Amino acid sequence: MTTAKPLDVRSVGTSPERLDGPVKVTGTAPYAWEHPLRAPVFVQPLQAAVVRGRVTAMDAREALALDGVLAVLTPFDAPRIVDTGDAEMAVLQSDEVAFRGQFVGAVVAQTPEVARQAADLVDVEYEVWPHDTEFSADRPDLYRPEAVNPTYDTDTDDGDVDAALAAAPFTVDATYSTPMEHNNPMEPHTCVALWEGPDDEPQLTLYDSTQGAHAVRTTLAGLFGLPGDRVRVISPHVGGGFGSKGMPHAHNVLAVLAARVCAGRPVKLALTRQQMFSLAGYRTPTVQRLRLGADTRGRLTAVCHDVVEQTSRIKEFAEQTAVATRMMYASDNRRTSHRLAALDVPVPSWMRAPGEAPGMYAGECAMDELAHACGIDPVELRAINDPESDPETGRPWSGRHLVRCLRAGAERFGWDRRPEPGTRREGHWLAGMGVASSTYPGYYFPGSVAEIERRADVGGRADGYAVRIGAADLGTGTWTALSQIAADALDCPFDEVHLEIGDTAFPSATVAGGSSGLNSWGSAVVSAARAFRDEHGWEPAPGARTRTGVESADGGPDYAVHSFGAQFAEVRVNTDTGEVRVPRMLGVFSAGRIVNPRTARSQFIGGMVMGLSMALFEESVFDNGTGHVVNHDFAQYHVPSCSDVLDIDATWLDEPDMQANPMGSKGIGEIGIVGSAAAVANAVFNATGIRVRDLPVTPDKLLRL
Amino acid sequence: MESHLTLRVDGEARSLTVDTRTTLLDALRDRLSVTSPKKGCDHGQCGACTVLLDGRRVLSCLILAVAHDGAQVTTAAGLAPEDGELHPLQRAFLDHDGFQCGYCTPGQICSAAGMLDEASAGHPSLVTPVADGDGRSDGHVRRGPAALGDDEIRERMSGNLCRCGAYVNIVAAIREVSAQ
Amino acid sequence: MIPFDYAPASDTDSAVATVTARPGAAFLGGGTNLVDHMKLGIASPDLLVDVTRLPLDAVEELPDGGLRIGATVRNSDLAANPLLRSRYPLLSHALLAGASGQLRNAATTAGNLLQRTRCSYFQDVTTPCNKREPGSGCAAIGGWNRYHAVLGASEHCIAVHPSDMAVAMSAADAVVTVLGEEGERRVPLGEFYRLPGDTPQYDTNLAHGELITSVELPPLPAGARSGYRKVRDRASFAFALVSAAAVLVTDGGHVREARIAFGGLAHKPWRATHAEEALRGAVLGEEAFRLAADAELRYGQPLPGNAFKIPMARNALAALLRELAFVEERR
Repeated sequence: MTTAKPLDVRSVGTSPERLDGPVKVTGTAPYAWEHPLRAPVFVQPLQAAVVRGRVTAMDAREALALDGVLAVLTPFDAPRIVDTGDAEMAVLQSDEVAFRGQFVGAVVAQTPEVARQAADLVDVEYEVWPHDTEFSADRPDLYRPEAVNPTYDTDTDDGDVDAALAAAPFTVDATYSTPMEHNNPMEPHTCVALWEGPDDEPQLTLYDSTQGAHAVRTTLAGLFGLPGDRVRVISPHVGGGFGSKGMPHAHNVLAVLAARVCAGRPVKLALTRQQMFSLAGYRTPTVQRLRLGADTRGRLTAVCHDVVEQTSRIKEFAEQTAVATRMMYASDNRRTSHRLAALDVPVPSWMRAPGEAPGMYAGECAMDELAHACGIDPVELRAINDPESDPETGRPWSGRHLVRCLRAGAERFGWDRRPEPGTRREGHWLAGMGVASSTYPGYYFPGSVAEIERRADVGGRADGYAVRIGAADLGTGTWTALSQIAADALDCPFDEVHLEIGDTAFPSATVAGGSSGLNSWGSAVVSAARAFRDEHGWEPAPGARTRTGVESADGGPDYAVHSFGAQFAEVRVNTDTGEVRVPRMLGVFSAGRIVNPRTARSQFIGGMVMGLSMALFEESVFDNGTGHVVNHDFAQYHVPSCSDVLDIDATWLDEPDMQANPMGSKGIGEIGIVGSAAAVANAVFNATGIRVRDLPVTPDKLLRL
Repeated sequence: MESHLTLRVDGEARSLTVDTRTTLLDALRDRLSVTSPKKGCDHGQCGACTVLLDGRRVLSCLILAVAHDGAQVTTAAGLAPEDGELHPLQRAFLDHDGFQCGYCTPGQICSAAGMLDEASAGHPSLVTPVADGDGRSDGHVRRGPAALGDDEIRERMSGNLCRCGAYVNIVAAIREVSAQ
Repeated sequence: MIPFDYAPASDTDSAVATVTARPGAAFLGGGTNLVDHMKLGIASPDLLVDVTRLPLDAVEELPDGGLRIGATVRNSDLAANPLLRSRYPLLSHALLAGASGQLRNAATTAGNLLQRTRCSYFQDVTTPCNKREPGSGCAAIGGWNRYHAVLGASEHCIAVHPSDMAVAMSAADAVVTVLGEEGERRVPLGEFYRLPGDTPQYDTNLAHGELITSVELPPLPAGARSGYRKVRDRASFAFALVSAAAVLVTDGGHVREARIAFGGLAHKPWRATHAEEALRGAVLGEEAFRLAADAELRYGQPLPGNAFKIPMARNALAALLRELAFVEERR
């Protein structure tokens, strides 16, 4: 946490159009696959057709005989990497298969058509071992991870939960489940790799679709034993990520292996939509038991949240599903736990609001159940239990305005028209409303560096400022919002800023994750701009340049910095078929200063749409027989279509949080998805009287027989 | 098997040699470096590859290039009447912030352009009522342009997925152009 | 995908002769299903005979008031055809309920009839599937079968036919005209499709090389109302969980005649003759509609994963009939 001098804002808080807009509406913005490169070649990966076992033989003769095939990589002859400690990334370094769909080889060919045909000709033989992919909360081998993502305590126990539950006049004891879900950004994970130069001084260039160019460089340089300055990662435009591009995955390694074999030629690899379901991370399924106790006035006396989730046997990812429960509401007795099943499954990872999204679905549905049990309005129940300081740490809030969000939202949404459950009938539809709270931590990652340079035009005259930082724009509005911050930090007009991002040629930037991007990069840009002015004054000569970052904060934070929000949903459920429609959603957020209201509203709404999707549609169906996700495409893994998204709006309380950073911003990328699924599920209960505790809420679960 | 053909892409005649297996999408992206249409699923399930083929919106990932020698292909890069300008739909997408990551956007815009032409030609959608009572065989069919309310726009645009969830703004942008 | 030759057809007879003579040849229509299957490795033709430029793209009025629909009429054009829309609302609805605007602009009438199941396992060549690879087994029976058949399935295959259009055509008593080397034959839609039995690799009774040239629709009965109701997991651009098509003729509060077909329940559009029989002469109302649906669906043999389809199909049919009959619902 930084306590640097607040930024004087002029451009920040206004709504310029996206600077990357014109190239995006024409389709000319280059995404990873699309950079013009001479004579590229194409990679077609080979994936394990067994869940667990060993590749005993690969016969590539037929493939290699095909005109246009340049190479076939196998576990037996692929180039070695220097660090195989991360089993997900140790691609083709061993003959063992740890999950179905894992890379077991690749074909490189002159055209994509030939690469694909050749891949079908490679004969792979396996020794098949028994596998276990079955996720269940009843498994005897669940284990307690050392910490949950990123470094939270696995379990917490404050007060005496059992005694409080036993004594509570009102209790809820309910188990919720959420399925495996996949990020599914529209742009498939893509890596174009070019390995050049002499053997002793190779240069690796990657055109990658990533949320963190520098993170990709660091990881791949380490894997291939290259100094960081021999790896350049270029990623100016990213077609969505939602966490799945927050770290490099196996395809990056495969692309580099192929590039090494085909040195001198750009090697193009894009995962297919189907491959993304086993190779690019996913949200773990969860089973969550929520126990709440409350006194006769609805005050929580006990909160207990026990989570079971899965990880891959070869690499642990422990999602922090119950962490938000620790700080959400006031109660003296609180207990949370996380247990993992380690299975022969692909490696789970970040998906938009890992932890908060599934955890707050369950927690906020449980609050709705408690409100119903106590006979207290759900908005009031949340207000009654609003804590004055962070129950988890005891620290004061830097700004907790949840109750204001709830009240403002209730007013605007017409919450007072909420019916008794199952009573509002409109033709063949039942209508209802639901509410849920949102929250997300105000993360800030130290380590970003920015460079400011006074530019010159062709005639050598001063021409605005170049602002360089290896930040990412994955639809988050970085191109625009970071330019606004730079303009204010330099105290210059917005159009004098020429932002340059998405390239490790620029100073190092932390990953676009944890809704931290603008907080972290903005802080670096503010710091660099101030240093630039200190060094070069107000009439800097062309070429004047300053590069600096933010020193990490000394000492611990004094405040608990979180964003909050209230989400309202109206649903209609067809009495014949169980079909659910969501005519209205409203989110009211308190997320610090909003840098660009135009793009921020889009991002809040986008998160809410993904929450609606989580509530009603998304489920990666894992077949324990075949050992893979069977509905692995967009026809079967449903995300909302245009017809599913009706009147959704987002607004916010306007209040900079100056404990957070110089901009007073707290991050908005994820909070929109937190609570939205619960608001929809709670509205379904209000409409029908049916409480669906296993997502998604599909029509079959609401059928009246 | 290779085949030689000519496509008129965004107003420019382009000759190329393709494998018979090459889809129109791959021909555009990998042979002609026209990367405005995007590959989101490669199986006709997302709409990111939408182009106008001889004036109609289609999914270029499911079309074999070899079958369309001589065809006119319009992508979002060539939609504007003049070079360097924006089509009204593109202008409206900027005004309404009808996208975030931008990857589905060229497909959305081509789809919207094709869809507005379809509506002008009187093509119905699932939510277009047959005059005089839905589902009745004695009804009269509405002729002429179908009025495009939000429900119509949404249904007609449902073949273009947007994972960023920009639909509210996409519909607003199309509504504005549709009303012009 | 293996390399293949491409040849535009010059006329129907030579197209049929060419494909008949070459076991690996296939007709190419809109390509929305075939090209997809070639990419997935489900289909590997070595020659594509492109029939989209044949003169089979007209919708003609027949002397009896029916329609003849050319095989290559695009789904979007057919749905918008004024004659079709006024005389066969169920079919216009069904067409518009299928796929997306872009796909309907490419997909043809014949191609829509011939589209293959969307069973996840059928579409994934790394899994067993008797339809794709006879004798390899059925992964859906013990696997994910939420979308699968509850009527007419076999121990070898529980796939469903995915078309919406074909369901409406089934209720409309459509007849498919097919050209083969022996000449033309007319196949009622009820005989066009087949149940999986122990040869699920065959979806239809067409022989290799036979070309659909048109689909004929007889006129609906005088005074008939018709419609289509599709239930799916999202509001648009999704395959049916269940669907129902119906043609209803009423007479003073009674059903005179009903023609009903279900989609999403079986390996083919399921003509619900038991339901039709149960409705004949019945008093219009929710009870009769539900009883009629039950008369058909009692033959259902659902699996745990798709048992919901029975009540869902019943309710969907009842809702459709209610809409067509203008009966206020009484539940």
